[in-house]
Amino acid sequence: MSTTTAAPAASTTARATGDRRSARRRRWLLEVGWKYLLAVVVIFYAVFPLVYVLSASLNPNGTLAASNALFSVIDLSNYAALGETRFWTWAGNTLLIGGIAAVGAVLMGAAAAYAFSRFRFAGRRPGLTGLLIIQMFPQALAFVAIFLMLLALGEVVPALGLNSKIALICVYLGGALGVNTFLMYGFFNTVPIEIDESAKIDGATHAQIFWRLIMPLVTPILAVVALLAFIAAFGDYIIAKIVLVSEENWTLAVGMYQWVSNQLASNWGLFAAGAVIAAVPVLVLFLSLQRYIVGGLTAGSVKG
Amino acid sequence: MDAPPQTTTAAAPRPSEPHGRRWRGPGWGFLAKLALMALVNAFGVMTLLSAFRAESWLVFSATLVLLLAADIVYFTKRALPLKYLLPGLVFLLVFQIFIFAYTAYIAFTNYGTGHAGTQEQAVEAALIQGERRVEDSPTYPLSVVERVGELGFAIVDEDGDVLVGSATQPLEDARDAEIGSAGTPAEVPGWEVVPRATVITDTALQEQIASLRVPVSEDPNDGSVRTRDGSSGAVYESTLVWDADAQTITDTTTGTVYSATDSGSFVAGDGSALPAGWFVNVGFENFLRLFTDPALAQTLAMVTVWTFVFATLSVVLPFALGLLLALIYNDARLKGRRFLRTLYILPYAFPAFMSALLFRGMFNAEFGVINDLFFFGADINWLGDPWLARAAVVWVNLWLTYPYYFLVCTGALQALPQDTLEAASIDGAGRSRQLRSIILPLVLVATAPLLISSFAFSFNNFTVIYMFNNGGPAIPGAPYALGATDILISAIYDISGVSGGAADYGLASALSILVFAVVGGISAIAFRQTRKLEEFQ
Repeated sequence: MSTTTAAPAASTTARATGDRRSARRRRWLLEVGWKYLLAVVVIFYAVFPLVYVLSASLNPNGTLAASNALFSVIDLSNYAALGETRFWTWAGNTLLIGGIAAVGAVLMGAAAAYAFSRFRFAGRRPGLTGLLIIQMFPQALAFVAIFLMLLALGEVVPALGLNSKIALICVYLGGALGVNTFLMYGFFNTVPIEIDESAKIDGATHAQIFWRLIMPLVTPILAVVALLAFIAAFGDYIIAKIVLVSEENWTLAVGMYQWVSNQLASNWGLFAAGAVIAAVPVLVLFLSLQRYIVGGLTAGSVKG
Repeated sequence: MDAPPQTTTAAAPRPSEPHGRRWRGPGWGFLAKLALMALVNAFGVMTLLSAFRAESWLVFSATLVLLLAADIVYFTKRALPLKYLLPGLVFLLVFQIFIFAYTAYIAFTNYGTGHAGTQEQAVEAALIQGERRVEDSPTYPLSVVERVGELGFAIVDEDGDVLVGSATQPLEDARDAEIGSAGTPAEVPGWEVVPRATVITDTALQEQIASLRVPVSEDPNDGSVRTRDGSSGAVYESTLVWDADAQTITDTTTGTVYSATDSGSFVAGDGSALPAGWFVNVGFENFLRLFTDPALAQTLAMVTVWTFVFATLSVVLPFALGLLLALIYNDARLKGRRFLRTLYILPYAFPAFMSALLFRGMFNAEFGVINDLFFFGADINWLGDPWLARAAVVWVNLWLTYPYYFLVCTGALQALPQDTLEAASIDGAGRSRQLRSIILPLVLVATAPLLISSFAFSFNNFTVIYMFNNGGPAIPGAPYALGATDILISAIYDISGVSGGAADYGLASALSILVFAVVGGISAIAFRQTRKLEEFQ
C-alpha cells in the first residue's frame, strides 16, 4: 500500500518540481536568455567591420571588390607589400609625434595640476576658470591661424615652421594644458596633503615632493592622460595634414587617407593590412588599460 | 573645483635658499635644471637672432618676453607656482590663445590667395611677373655663388668689375674678386663660388638657379639679373613701372594704368586687376559676405542645419543605444558579462579615422561589402545620394561612439545607491517605475556634462565627416566645393583653401569665429543647466 500511496505522491512532487523547473527555465529565458540572443546581434554589429578588415587584409587580391568574400583566401602578401610603401615611415612618425606629445602633455599637465592643487597663489581661481573656458574652444577650429602662424614662424625658425614634426608636437602641446589639467587636478586633490607636510618636515623640497612622492601616487591618471593624448595625436587629421607637407613626414592618418581617397579600389588591401597593424597595439593597450580609461573617460573626455 | 585643505606651502615660514647656494653633494636636480635652462636660452637667443635678421618683430618681442620670463621664474626663488605652470602656459599662450586671437584678426582682413603680403611685396611680385628680357641687352659672364645656404650671382660688368648679389641683396661691387680663365668670376670674397661641374650635374640646384633673380638695385623698376645656363646672365626688366607717389603701376607695352585700391589690389580703369594684391583690413566684410552672398549664404544655411542635426543625432542615438545596452547587460545573472563587454567596446578601441575610412570602402556603391552582402548586390549609391550619405555617416558615428556611452552608463549604473533601489522595491515600485523615477534621473545627472562635451565635440568632428565621404556628395551650384554631409568645420576647411586651390583665409576665419561663438555659447548655457540639475538633485 505504501508503494501505491507513495507513487502518486512522488509523481506529483516530480511533476511539481518539473513544473517549477520549466517555469524557472521559462522565466530564465524571458529575463536572461534573450539577452544572449540579443548579444549575438550586437556583437555582429560591433565586430563585423573588424572581421571584414581582417579578412580584406589577408586577401592577396588587394582590391575592394575582391574583399567581399570573407576569408576566402588567406595570404600575407598585403602585409609584405606594406614594406614597399611609406607605411612604416608614417607609423614611425606617428609613434614619435604621439609619444612625445603624450609625454609632454603628462609632464605639463601634472606640473600644472600639482601647482593648482598644492599651492595657494594669486590668480589660482581665475586660472582654473580660464582653463575651463579655454578648453571649450577646440584648437582644430583655428587651423587657418595655425597654418598662417607656422608659415610666418618658419621664415624665422625653420624647425618650427610648416612641414616640421616639432612644430606639430608644439601645436598638440598647446592644447595639452586645457584638456588635461582638470582631469589631473581632481586626482591630485585625492592624494592626502599630510603626505606633503610630513615630507616637508623631513626637509624635502617642493621638487622632491613632486617627483618622488606625488608622481608615483598619481600614476593611474598619468597613464590615462598619456593614452588619451597619444590617441588624440594618432587620430588627428586636420592639423597633421596642414602642418606636415611632404610625404615622408606624414602620420598614419594623413597617409592612409591618401591611400583610400586615391584609387580606393586598388589600394584596399594595403589599407586593410595597415589598419590591422596600426589598430592591434591600440586595441591591446586599450583593453588592458580599460579599467583606468573608463575612469578617465567619465571624467570628461570623448572619442577623438 | 572644490579647494583641498589649506596648505602651508605657499607661506612656508622656513626661509628657503635657491638651489644653487645650497648645493651639496651631486645635486642632480639642479644640474638637470641648469642644462635644460641652457638649452632653452640657447634656443631663445638663436630665435632672437634670426628674428632680428628676418625683421620679424612680433616673433622677436614674443621670444624676448618668454625668454626673460623663463629665466626670472627659474633663477629666482619667487613665484614658486609659476615654476610648475610656466611650460604649459607658454605652449597654451602661443599655440592656443594667440591662435584664437590671430583667427579673430584674420577674420577682419582679406588674407588669402593674391592678398598675402604687404603692398611693397605685392608691387615687387607684380613687377617680377611682368619681367621680360631687355631686348639687345648685353650678357654678362656669370658665376653661381653661395653663402650659408643662400645662392647668389657674381657677374663681370662692361668695365670688367665683379658685382655680386643675391635674391635679398641687390648687386654690389665685390672688391678683390678674381676673374678666372673662363672669363667668369672665380673667387669672390665672402662668397663661395659653386664649381661649374656642380651646376651642370645637380638638377635641384639648376631649378633654384633658373628661378633666382638678383635685383640690379634697390629700385624694383631697374630690373634684375637672371640666367638660363648658369654661365651668362642678362638683365630682365619689368614691362610694368611702379610709381610710388601716384600709387599706380603702368604697363609700358599696353599703356594700361593700374591704381591701388582700398581693397588691396591694383585695378585698371576697365576693371581688370593684377593678380598680386596685398593684405588690408576689410572690417566686417567677411562676416557680411557669409550672410549676404546669396549662393554662399544658402549653402551655409544648409550646412549649419545639418551640423546641428548631425551633432544632436551623434549624441542622442549612441547615448540611447549605449544606455539601453548598459541597462540590459548590467545583470548579475548573466554569465560572461566581461567577455560581452569587451566585444561591445571593440569599435571604440579601433582608431576613429580608420573606422571612417573602413566604412568608406564598405559603403562603396559598386564594390562595397554592405551592398554586396546585406542588400543582395543591389546598387545603392550610399555615398552619392545626399540623404543616404547623411544616414550612412550617422550610422558610422553610431557604431563609433555607442561603446563610449555603454561604458559610461555601465559605470553610472554600478554606482547607483543600492539601498535606494531596495527601499523603492520594498515600497512596491515595479521595475519600470524604478527605472523612470530613480535610475534614469540619476544616470542622466551623472552623464549630462559628458553629453554636452560630446555635443561640442561632434559639432566639430572633422575627422569622421572628412574621412568618410569628404563632406560629399557635392551640393550642386555651391561655391567652394561644399557637400551635403559637410559640417561647419569641414566647410571651413574647404573654404580656407589650406589644402590647395584658391585660398580665402579671411572668410574661413570669419566662419571659425562664428562657430567658436556657437560652441562656446552652447557649452556655457548647458553647463549652467547641468549645475542646476545637480542642485535640484
